[in-house]
Formats: sequence, structure tokens, C-alpha cells
Amino acid sequence: MTAPTTATDVNQPSLEHAPPAGRRMSWPVLCLVIAGALALTSLVRLITGADGITNVSQMSTALQLAVPIGLAGLGGLWAERAGVVNIGLEGMMILGTWFGAWAGFQWGPWTGVLVGLIGGALGGLLHAIVTVTFNVNHIVSGVAINILALGATRYLAPLAFEGRSGGSAKQSPAVDSLGHFTVPGLSDGLSDLNDKGWFFVSDVAGLLGGLVTNVSWLTLIAVALVPATWWILWRTAFGLRLRSCGENPIAAESLGVNVYKYKYLAVIISGALAGLGGVFLSIVANPFYLEGQTSGRGYIGLAAMIFGNWMPGGLAIGAGLFGYTDSLNLRGGSANVHALLLLGALLLVIGAIWLAVRKKYVNAVITLVVGALVFAWYAGTNEVPNQVVSATPYVITLVVLALSAQRLRMPKADGMPYRKGQGK
Amino acid sequence: MKKFDKERVLLAVAGPVIALAVAFVLSAIVLIASGKNPVEPFALMFEQAGFSDIQVLIVNQASMYYIAALAVAIGFRMNLFNIGVDGQYQLAAMMAAVVGAHANLPAALQVPLLLLTAVFTGAFWSGIAGVLKVTRGVSEVVATIMLNAIATSLIVYMWKPDVFGVKVGNNNTTGEMHESGWIPGIDMGAAGEIYGLVILAVLLGIGYWIVLNRTRFGFDLRASGASESAAAASGVSPKRMVLTAMLLSGAIAGLAGLPILLGDTHTYSLNFPTGIGFLGIGIALLGRNSPVGIAFAALLWAWLDKASPELDFHGYDKEIAVIMQGLIVLSVVVSYEAVREWGLRRQQRRVGAELAAGHVLGANNTTKEVAGR
Amino acid sequence: MCVINASSSPPAGAAVHGQATAVELAGITKRFPGVVANHDIHLTVRKGTVHALVGENGAGKSTLMKILYGMQKPDEGTIAIHGEKVSFSSPADAIVRGIGMVHQHFMLADNLTVLENVVLGSEKLYGIGAKARRKIKELSERYGLGVRPDVLVEELGVAARQRVEILKVLYRGATTLILDEPTAVLVPQEVDALFDNLRELKAEGLSVIFISHKLGEVLSVADEITVIRRGTTVGTAVPAETTPRQLAELMVGSELPTPETAESTVTDRPVIAVDKLRLAAPGGKALLDDISFTIHEGEVLGIAGVEGNGQTELVDALIGLRHADSGVIRLADQEITSWATRKRREQGIGYIPEDRHRHGLLLEAPLWENRILGHVTERPNAKGVWLDPKGAQEDTRRIVTEYDVRTPGIDVTAASLSGGNQQKLIVGREMSHKPRFLIAAHPTRGVDVGAQAAIWDHIREARREGLAVLLISADLDELIGLSDTLRVIYDGKLVADADPATITPEELGTAMTGAAEGHLEHEETPETPADASTSAESPEDEAR
Repeated sequence: MTAPTTATDVNQPSLEHAPPAGRRMSWPVLCLVIAGALALTSLVRLITGADGITNVSQMSTALQLAVPIGLAGLGGLWAERAGVVNIGLEGMMILGTWFGAWAGFQWGPWTGVLVGLIGGALGGLLHAIVTVTFNVNHIVSGVAINILALGATRYLAPLAFEGRSGGSAKQSPAVDSLGHFTVPGLSDGLSDLNDKGWFFVSDVAGLLGGLVTNVSWLTLIAVALVPATWWILWRTAFGLRLRSCGENPIAAESLGVNVYKYKYLAVIISGALAGLGGVFLSIVANPFYLEGQTSGRGYIGLAAMIFGNWMPGGLAIGAGLFGYTDSLNLRGGSANVHALLLLGALLLVIGAIWLAVRKKYVNAVITLVVGALVFAWYAGTNEVPNQVVSATPYVITLVVLALSAQRLRMPKADGMPYRKGQGK
Repeated sequence: MKKFDKERVLLAVAGPVIALAVAFVLSAIVLIASGKNPVEPFALMFEQAGFSDIQVLIVNQASMYYIAALAVAIGFRMNLFNIGVDGQYQLAAMMAAVVGAHANLPAALQVPLLLLTAVFTGAFWSGIAGVLKVTRGVSEVVATIMLNAIATSLIVYMWKPDVFGVKVGNNNTTGEMHESGWIPGIDMGAAGEIYGLVILAVLLGIGYWIVLNRTRFGFDLRASGASESAAAASGVSPKRMVLTAMLLSGAIAGLAGLPILLGDTHTYSLNFPTGIGFLGIGIALLGRNSPVGIAFAALLWAWLDKASPELDFHGYDKEIAVIMQGLIVLSVVVSYEAVREWGLRRQQRRVGAELAAGHVLGANNTTKEVAGR
Repeated sequence: MCVINASSSPPAGAAVHGQATAVELAGITKRFPGVVANHDIHLTVRKGTVHALVGENGAGKSTLMKILYGMQKPDEGTIAIHGEKVSFSSPADAIVRGIGMVHQHFMLADNLTVLENVVLGSEKLYGIGAKARRKIKELSERYGLGVRPDVLVEELGVAARQRVEILKVLYRGATTLILDEPTAVLVPQEVDALFDNLRELKAEGLSVIFISHKLGEVLSVADEITVIRRGTTVGTAVPAETTPRQLAELMVGSELPTPETAESTVTDRPVIAVDKLRLAAPGGKALLDDISFTIHEGEVLGIAGVEGNGQTELVDALIGLRHADSGVIRLADQEITSWATRKRREQGIGYIPEDRHRHGLLLEAPLWENRILGHVTERPNAKGVWLDPKGAQEDTRRIVTEYDVRTPGIDVTAASLSGGNQQKLIVGREMSHKPRFLIAAHPTRGVDVGAQAAIWDHIREARREGLAVLLISADLDELIGLSDTLRVIYDGKLVADADPATITPEELGTAMTGAAEGHLEHEETPETPADASTSAESPEDEAR
């Protein structure tokens, strides 16, 4: 079966069959899976004694690191739902970090947020012009924008920051904090519960505690953007039109939808969201801009979007997962990552059993062997080299993509060149 | 068809010329906006290019850019985006350095060994992304970028003294390679030495052209890049072609760091040039995936690289060169696409006109074309 | 023979024959680079009628309708709706004026529900929630369309999608409907159902413009017919007073070519034998269900069937793009079931793909590279591992001459050629390698009449020399005319066979919808003067 490659192809009567049923996991099943994962993690914690894997501060950091990834992923989602692949998220994020810090240290953090958002949006506008008006291949354009954003910030940073107190050619002066909030009673209560170290309950308490302790206002905004995205895209006329541009732009055009306009809007919003993610990095996660700060989070955000099957809810879960692995890297990871080797081995064994049940024996055996190797690694060592920890987020991203890429359904006309009037 | 040939040359040239002009203008605007003279930096850099020692530096740097860009270009011809050339060439250089430091064969064997090590390492690293794409449908863009990051961690790990590392002062190195693996350069007197492996770059370029345009495999590759469905119907196995292209791209990428490794540094250390793979992407785009175009683009990039440090001594920021590179890439992709579309439309019109006028190859009946399609 | 008025246009807005004019196009001209698509077209549609616009492939009908629907602007000429002159700059303007277009290629987004597809672009009319849902159900019931709002479009079959398209148009308050080749994907019985729907619309005072090149259908449902040829109107006619033959001659201007063949060239040497081929979709549904047939040297096996009943899968399995789950394919005495595509093509299987743009050509490559496509390992394209561009170029020139491919040169890109010439190039390319077995999937789809005749000639000639052909087509006349053996595929099974010398398209159609099986016997029906047979010239006319 050959996939459509141009927007006109998408238009033919589709005689292909739908992807295997069950691509949408129902809520009860999803909750069960998450609960199961938590239980397993809790078990591992008890066995290994690595309390760091589910304590409140770990979860808090995980949430914090999930935000830029999630925002980048949301950016990717908005663009791809309108049919434009946005690899330039990383560059737009970089613009966000720079502009956010630049405005932030001079005029206050909230101004920084606004300006950072605009900076990202400008990157989005550029991508929109290049891909929608000039019909350049989306990925090529995204890569070009990443190169340009890197160059531009490298050029502007010394001009703006060198000579100011706390600033240098690669770093901006510090930006004031946006402010945090902590839910008083709940936070303490959950923290105590977490300290108790009880199976499962304490871990859940840790998870929830992380969500209500020392949370930045920007985090709250970011989290709110997830259901907001869902509501706008699936419950409003604007969202319907935008999504139609990503599913069948020729059909949309035939009904009077201005496809160019919606693609432009979607990509600009996409850039703004990525920029917001960057702002988060340079104002909340660190209080300054640092060259190389984004370290690939724009791409991880894309992976979260793919993991989430181009839906905001799934994306949030993916971002949470990646944020967690990122936080491991940040917070004295070695012992924790070592403990998680055990978790990984257990998951692989469970996976092998599940594959065997579904009669995929070859895959089951392979999974079992890998699981055994991971377990051997766990058992044979006491700690894990730092470099493994630093590579963990990326390895996990690859693994997640490899496992989930098959059962997905991306917007049908995603990435396809579109020209008005090309329909039959 | 002489008419079409002249037009094709014009079209081929128009793209880059327009792009470079636009990029220069935009960079000038950036300079003006930063309160600097827009023309002087370029004049300074042009002047630099006249010095023979700078020229040697340019040629040496360009050779590495060239190889990296070829690797990217092979991917592009197949509609694959091997963004991982950066990680591939660095990992390959390190492995070659390690092997060169531990194995001590006679030169006739050592050099091929080192080359093969680099080739296999590069191919292996990009092959991971290729396998993931072919078996699990993972986008090679995201996969190769992730692999770049993982490669960085891997390299840091291998620099540890208890693995392969040898500390020289504060510098992490892999120890000095045995002399049998050193490749002599071409002596240019006071100007310096041109890396011996520049010849490798040239050979690779020739090989690239021959394989792509004169072999059956090359035809299959180009067809797959142009239309995967048509290529599949013509007998190409899409999955095998994707994997082969990724492996080939990685193999060539692996060679990108060797000119400087075997010709100059003889060790893989913190001083080893980084970012060549990333720049290779821009060069491949500017060079339009053609070996000659990439050569010009590589020289241009190397010139920007090697002539810009001088700017710091005259009150300019050398980073203007980085912005220039970014602007060139962006202008290039836009102008190429615009020129290509214009060229296609123009050809369709001309063919229509020619047919209407009766200029049909070898035909002798005069019934007119039916209107429309 | 009367009432064929040649291009006379009554004054704008005037009632014609006592009825108000719904739509009037006067003097429409539209040029594209290198081609004049429409030239001085006149079309008058009376309110409450079904007006057919007929012309062969490439005559300019689609362009004209795009102009009426606002997707293109005319270079010259005027459009008047209900007597008022209008100018459209986008489909939105046309929709406001009550024009609704049901496209030949459906404009539906698979991943959206029917409701979402219907309300898209007109969300202000009834919102996107409950109110819209009610309206859709109401319209569906009123016109008998049977449409469910919350189903994903991708789950609908072709006829159901067409009804969604019609509902889309009615939802927006269309009073003039344009149907572009609506029966192209329907079987004769479904066509009748559609025509009943159209009569209901007519009864409610709506006007319908019906574009088609199938004269028989047109005669059975239209009140008035306008004929277009080579971009301009050549006349109008009233069905009751015209015969298919007269219409056909107006359309083409000359004798219609017939695909029929005279003597039999079928031998008893089998070339391709398929035995119990099975292919199942991931969900378990059988796409190919125990398909078995044999084609001999010099035989054309035609397979009739509605799109989506397994033809594509069968072709994919034969050419090697897909591998069947079980069953055997034999080429002469070799079993080729597991062979890769390349090996099959090298060993003498030629392939004229259904979708030449996707499977047959590299659009942006020059013609001589396209000549290589599919045969890159064979001479004259290659010598060993090396390509032989000179050899390929010379041979391309030969093909261009022999197969009458109209092009100024061989360096031109394939995209610059018209559909018919592209197809001739493909046929020439495949025949040049002397295939033993040719898979011809819709070989004359979207091809002008001249090229169509040429392609039929080439197939017939190769047949005489012993070629075995599998012919899959939606053009029942082509099938009946070219085939030696005729089978019908339905739901992945070969359900019926027929004798092409005597069978009629309706009888075939019955089997194509699964309503008949086994050997189809032709039943002689007494001739009536206005016998609306669905072919311009059916073979039986000649035989009698």
C-alpha cells in the first residue's frame, strides 16, 4: 500500500483499512496502565532503597522539566494538525530563551515571558512564510531555521549581555523569578505521606506532592494550555477548520476555507508555544539565558507529540515521561538511574510475556534477552556512569518512539505541499 | 534540445545567485542595525582570502565540510534527513583515533584499517536510525538527533582514563596515534600543509557522481527519492533502499573527520573540531546535492569560517559569519524552491507552445492536442 | 434528427421555453499556459431540470464547472444566476449564490466525522454541535440519503461518500447542484438509485447540472444536453429526440473507435496461472478470496468490478508489491509467488499501472529517464551495473516515434506531457521489453480518444503476437470490446464469468454488485426505438 504524497492524493476515495482497532486507549485502561506503572516503580523503590525515584522534589523537578518539553510538543501539535511539520521547534525555543532573558532582566520577568513568546512566534512566522508561501520542504525549512536561530542568538548574545553584571558572551544576567505557589496544607501533608515510604501510597503522594509544591505560575499556565488546546481544536469552528487543513486541505479549500491563513496562524502559534517553552527554561528553570540551554528539548517535544498520537492528552503524558527522565539527569542521578535499570528489566520481562501471549514469539524472545541483559547490568554494578545518566532522556525517547510509532495516526495531509487551486 | 539546455543552466545558476545576493543584503542590514559599517567586514574577509596561509586553511577545512555535505546529500537524494552526520563523524574519528593508538601495523595496512574503522562506525551509528525507520517507522530526523546526543555522552564516557582516555594536561585525548597511521600533507612552503586526505574528498565527490548518475543502483536511489511509489512499482525494495541509503550516508560521514585526524592532530581530543556535520547540512542544501555545487559551497563556508576571526581585531564580531551562514541557508532553500517551481511551469508552458506550433519529435500527423487534461 | 441547436444563446435572464433560467454561462473563455481550456462557451440551465454537459475526456467540462463554482476565474465571458450577473472570486461566493458542487474526486477528510465534514466552512449556518446534527438528519431523511453524522468518513464506502457530498451541498442551501462524473465509481444499479435521488431534487425545484461522458446514462436522466468538444460548445439537444449515436458524433466529431476485435488469437499455452490466491487485511477481512484463473498466450482476460473489490490487491499481488498470504502464481512453468517485483519485471511481466503519476512515472525526470524506470537492469538501459544513458535516449526516441508520443523532445519532463501521451510512453516502454504477460490496469483512464484508440491497437497487436493480458477497467465497453474472456470480481472473489461477444453492460453490472453469479447468460430483449443501452455502439449491434 503506498501512502499519499501530495495533497491531491489525499483526496482519492480511501480504500485503505483503518489502523488496528484499539489505537485509542480508553480512559479506564489508561488509568490502569498508569497505576500499574506506579506500582511497579514503587516496588523497585522498596527493593533498591532508592527513595529518590519518587520523592516530592524529584517529581517537582520532573514537572518543571516536563513543561518546556510539553510546550514544545504542543507547538508541534498545533503546526502538524494544520499539516505543517515543524522541526524548527528547537530554534524557536532558542529564540524564546534569548528574547525572554533579554527582556526579562531589563524589564521584569512577565515582560520577558511576553517578549520570549513573540520571539518564538517570529520564528514561526518565518517558517510559515518559507513553507506555506514558498512551498519549501517542511523539514528543510525547519533545519534552516534552527541553524539561523542558533547563529542569531550567538551573534546577539555578546552584544546584549557582555559587559552587564552577571552577563557574558554566552550567558545573560539573572532574571527575577516569576513567583511560585505552594498549596499549604496539601503540600505538607503529601510530603509527610511520601516520607513514610509506604508501598504505592507514598509514591502517589510523591507524584501529587510534586504537582502542588513550589510550582511556578508559568507551569500553571503551561498545564492549562493542554486542555485549552484540546477545547480550541476539537470544539470550535476555528479548530475544525485548522484541523481540516491538516487532513484534506483541498477539501477545505473547496468549502471556502482559506487554507493559507490557517496554516500561517497554526505555525505562528506553534512558534509562540515553543518560544514559551524556551522562556520557561531561561526564566523559571534557570534564571538566565545560557547558550545551548535547550539541549534538544525541541526535538524531544516532537517525540512527545508523536507518542501522544497528536492529541494533547497523550502529549502531556509523554512530556511527563520525558520530563521525568530529564529530572533524573539533573538530581544526583546515578543511584536513581541504577535503580531504574531494575524497573527497565522488569518492564521488559512483562513486555516479553505480553508478546508471547499475542503469539509473537520471536519478538518475545528478543525482549526477554534484552531484559535479562539489563538485569545483569543492574545486578553486576553498583552505580551507573554519569554519561549513561546524561544520555538517558535521549535513549528513552528513542525507545518510546520505536515502541509507539506503529499504531499512530497523524493528520493525513501532514507535511504535504499545498498550493491553492491544485485540486481537481 | 538546445533551447532547454541553455535554460536549464540559467535556472541552475539563478537559484544560488539569488540566494547569496539576498543573504548578503540581509547580513548587511543586520550589521547596520548593530551600528556597524555594512561593507567593511566583507571587504576584510575578501582580503583575508588573498593570503596563502588562509587559503591553505580554507582548503583543509573545506575538505572536511565537503565529505560531511556529501553524506548529507546522499540522504537528501533519497528524501531522508540524516541530521546525525555530526555524531557520526565524531564517533568515527574517535574510534579511528583509538584504533590508531593501539594497533601498529605497517602504513599500507594501518591507513586502510583506520579508514574502514571510521566507515563502519559511521555506518553503524546511522544504521541504528535506519533500522528504526525501516522496522518501526521512527522518523529518521528525530532518531538521528537523539543519536547525536547519545554519541556525545558516549564520547565523554570513552574519554575516561579507565576506558580509552589519556589525559594530557587538562585535555581529554585518546593518546597519540602510531605514526604508521599518519598521512603526510602537501607542503605549500610557508603557507602550511594541505591535508593529504583532501584527495580522498575529491575521490569521494567523483565517486558520488558516478554512482548516482551512471549506475543502476544510483538510478534506483534517485527514483526512490523522487517518488517512492513509482520506484517500488519499478522493482526497488523501499525498505532496503532506505536502509542502504542511511548506511551509505553514515559511512561517508564517518570519513569527514579523518583529514584533520590523520593529517594533523593524530589524536581525538577536546580540541577536535565540532559541528562539521551540522554545517554540512547547510552546505548540501546550498550545493543542491551536486558534487560540484557542494564543492563551491564548502569553499564558501570554509572561507566564512577562516576569514572571520580577523574581524574581531577590527571591532566587529566574528559571529556575523554564523548569521551569514544561517541567512544563506534560509535564502537558499527559498530561492531554490521558487526557481524550481518557476522552471517547471515555464517548461510546461513551452512544451505546450511547441506542441501547439507543431514541433513534435518525429511525428507527421497534424491533429491538434485536445484542450485541457 | 432535429432539435440540435448549435450554440444559440437566448438573451440573459429570459425565460426559455416558459421556464426561468437557473444558470447561464455566456461566452466563457479560459486559457492556461499552452492550452485553451474553454473557448466561447454558452450554457443555459433551466430551473427544475437536469441538464447534462457531455464531452469526452479533456474537452474542458471540468474547467467550465470550476469556473461556475468559483475555483477559477474566466478570462472572458459572463455568469448569470437566476438572471443576475455575478462574479465569483472563490467557492464561498458561489456557495452563497446557491451553487453546490459534488466533485468527481470526493472532497472529504477521512479522519473527520461526517458531521465535521459537512459543517466545515459553513459553521455559522447551524453551528457545529447539536443543531447541525439535527439539520443533517433532517436533510438525510427528506432526500433519502441515509447519512449518519457521527461516523468517521473513512469507514464509508464509495456510494455512501457520494451521498455525503450531496448532503454537504444541500446543507448549504444549494439550489443548483453540479455533479461531476458522479457515476464514474458506481455500478449500473447504484446509478439508478442516484438518478432517483436526482429526480426527487428536481421535483423540489432544484436544478442539476450533470457532467458525464457516458451517453447512455445521460440520455436516461437528462432533460437537456449540451455538448462540448475541444473546449467549446457544439450544440444542445433534447434526449427524447436524439440517439446515442448522434450525440456521440457530436462529441467526437467523427466515427467513434470501437475496441472490439475480430478473430480469436487465444492459444492453449498458459502464460500465467493463479491458484487460490488469498490475501487478508490486518483486521481479517479477505481482500482476495481464493482467486484462481489462467491466461493463455494471445488471450485477454478482462476483469470487471466496482473499485474496491480487490482489483488493486490482485494487481499488487501479481506485480509483487504485496505478497499473498497463500496461493500460487505461475508464470509459464515457473512458480513466481515469492519473487520480488524486479525479478518479475525482468522475467517478462509488463505493468501499465492504474495511477500512472504514482506508479508509472517520475514526473520531474526527463522522458528518457522515465523510459528506464521499471527496467533499469535490462538493455538498452543498462550494461551490467552501469547505466547506458545514450542507449536509453536513443530507444526513447524510437518509442516516441513508434507510439506517437507528442513531445518536442526527450529531455522534457514527464509532467509536461498530457495524460494520453504519458500513457502512450508507458505502453511503449512496457511493450519494448517484449513482455509475456501484461497487466493493464485502467489503461485508458483519463486519456483522450485518439490515444485510447492507439493504446487499444497496440494491445491488440501484441495479443496477436502471443501476449497474455490481464485487463482491469471500469470502462465496460473497453472490457467487453477487448477481452476474450470476461470475469467479474466482487468482494475479493471471482463470482461470475461471461462471454464478451454477447454480454451487455447491465448484465455485467448485476454481477458487479453481487446480485448475480456463475456464468452470465445474455438474454435477448426485444429492441425498442429509444433503447437506452449504455454503450454508444455495442458489439451486439454489429453482430446482429
